[in-house]
Amino acid sequence: MTATHTPTPRLRAEDLTLSYDQRTVATHLGVDIPDHSFTVIIGPNACGKSTLLKALARMLKPRHGQVYLDGAAIASYRSREVARRIGLLPQTSTAPGGITVGDLVARGRYPHQGLLKQWSADDETAVVDAMRQTGVLELADRPVDDLSGGQRQRVWLSMVLAQQTSLLLLDEPTTFLDIAHQVDVLDLCADLHARKGHTVVAVLHDLNQACRYATHLVVMRPGGTVAAEGAPADVMTAELVEDVFGLACRIIDDPETGTPLMIPAAPRRFAPEDGEGHGRSPESVMAEPR
Amino acid sequence: MSTAHDTPPAPPAPATAAGRRVHRPRVITGTVLRAGGLSVRVRGRALVVTAAALAALVAVALVSLTTGDYELSVGEVVRALAGQDSGGADFIVNTLRLPRLLTALAVGAALAVSGALLTSLTGNALGSPDVIGFTNGSAVGALTVIILMHGSMTQIAAGALVGGLATAAAVHLLMLGRGLHGFRLIVTGIGVSALLLAVNSYLITRATFQEALEAQAWLIGSLGNRGWIHAQAILLACAVLLPPAFVLSRRLSMVEMGDLTATALGVDVTRTRATLLVVSVALAAFATAVTGPIWFIALAAPQLARRLTRTAGPALLPAALTGALLLAGSDLAAQRLFAPALLPVGTATGTIGGLYLIWLLITESRKSRA
Ligand SMILES: Nc1ncnc2c1ncn2[C@@H]1O[C@H](COP(=O)(O)OP(=O)(O)O)[C@@H](O)[C@H]1O
Ligand SMILES: [Mg+2]
Repeated sequence: MTATHTPTPRLRAEDLTLSYDQRTVATHLGVDIPDHSFTVIIGPNACGKSTLLKALARMLKPRHGQVYLDGAAIASYRSREVARRIGLLPQTSTAPGGITVGDLVARGRYPHQGLLKQWSADDETAVVDAMRQTGVLELADRPVDDLSGGQRQRVWLSMVLAQQTSLLLLDEPTTFLDIAHQVDVLDLCADLHARKGHTVVAVLHDLNQACRYATHLVVMRPGGTVAAEGAPADVMTAELVEDVFGLACRIIDDPETGTPLMIPAAPRRFAPEDGEGHGRSPESVMAEPR
Repeated sequence: MSTAHDTPPAPPAPATAAGRRVHRPRVITGTVLRAGGLSVRVRGRALVVTAAALAALVAVALVSLTTGDYELSVGEVVRALAGQDSGGADFIVNTLRLPRLLTALAVGAALAVSGALLTSLTGNALGSPDVIGFTNGSAVGALTVIILMHGSMTQIAAGALVGGLATAAAVHLLMLGRGLHGFRLIVTGIGVSALLLAVNSYLITRATFQEALEAQAWLIGSLGNRGWIHAQAILLACAVLLPPAFVLSRRLSMVEMGDLTATALGVDVTRTRATLLVVSVALAAFATAVTGPIWFIALAAPQLARRLTRTAGPALLPAALTGALLLAGSDLAAQRLFAPALLPVGTATGTIGGLYLIWLLITESRKSRA
């Protein structure tokens, strides 16, 4: 299953058991994040995608197993050192009341600062660059409270970019964004990966966007196991989607890019050949815990 | 210009005489001072507020030391402070007025920083030590000593300290290891607070008339009869507890963005939370041990400081100064405006705090309707 392309990737999870208090989310979970890849994680709601990202960024201590960063167990690093190597955009964050956009993005520089090194020239360059890349430079003086959800999402993203790490873990970076801004953010990630050689890991919900942008796709199934991983063209099949998401579909070639394009099957409820119990009614899908 | 709207114009960029560079950053608020590889960020507005609070503190201190039953000139006070007066002024300043003033300043600062830390850690403006039961816990400790053990003033203070710390531990346990944050904490704390209030009432019903009077006097919170022993105790507590709070305040402002984000930025959230929680609880307990319960300073001072400085963070130094100013100012007002009646400062802070809460509720509801 773990077909390693490079000898040892910088970020690797080995046989993880992940749990919150008593609740175990994943067991025997292993993933390699290929260096310089744009890895996209997909999977149904609540299957443990965010939990995996948390473990990869050392937010969550595995009950069993290890995450390795640059050859050493991630637990052996100091917090600040991890933050200089891995940037994480959590699914939700709270902006302090009244903070301006510029000041919030500037907080991404924290791991590079000190008690008497509060704002270096590098800090300024990094923050301005990050804000320009996500198109929020003009918003610098605005209070974050006044922004729309999409603007806010881009501000958080620029905070992570200002951290200037070559490993980026992004949990649903496209939520709250309109379709044009979704494409902008994904293009930006692709650019960071292609031109700067960054390793980008993103959780996405849109399978077609995942297939279009990912160089490496990780498909998780409920119960926190990896159902398939590899290049989208290799792993994306109708059987996989039906197995993992319980959704009958067809996979065709994306006319723009040639990557796999998933088309959901016509009205599932009345599909006569759907008697095997694979397809589920919309109600039962909605009833899934989120 | 794309910089702060709330900071006064800073001097233009060139090097100053000291070789320091004053730099106006493009995207963040405030001004940056650089020298060598070091840089410090200064926010103009916070600086102005801090300076104004300091000036007001000096004014309050001067009025406190010079006025009263015996009027003294500033010169007499200064001479007494310098130890060059052996007469009445020495006694009035160094024995009567100075320890009381220092106690007021230090207790005010301690309560304000305690409140600033705790409201920041809980992420809730109501999460201050007086609201979530720590202060009533101190009261139970003190009343137990007064009524059941007939202890001395020092023993009462020790009882208050133990009571406050024990309550904090109990609230922590009641949260079942979920950490001290969120709405749940406020509700748990208010419940504990009400319970402890009932315990206090019960203790008073068991007391003799004399004991009940003493208990009641302690419960109002007063700076009367506070001597050097009190001033020294609370100053020592501040000297030990305030520096770690100030050093960790940058980290605390990171923690306010959520545990995940703060951890992602390299903050050891668990350790920061635990350290600051202990500091906050200890500050409140020491303050209450010295003066009895003084309400609202811990609740109001941090909010006021945040609003005045408009910083997005706990603003500990402005909060400390605001707290010191509120308590010393309230004590001064209570002593002078209502003389010769001996009005305890607790009644004054209660009144000011009540007015402040009403104002807060009005402006907040106006904002939410807008
Ligand atoms: N902080 C938490 N405490 C307890 N359970 C959690 C917590 N976060 C997530 N879970 C549970 O873990 C499971 C996986 O969650 P998550 O990783 O967020 O899923 P995904 O990101 O794939 O939607 C869910 O069942 C969720 O309820
Ligand atoms: Mg998630």
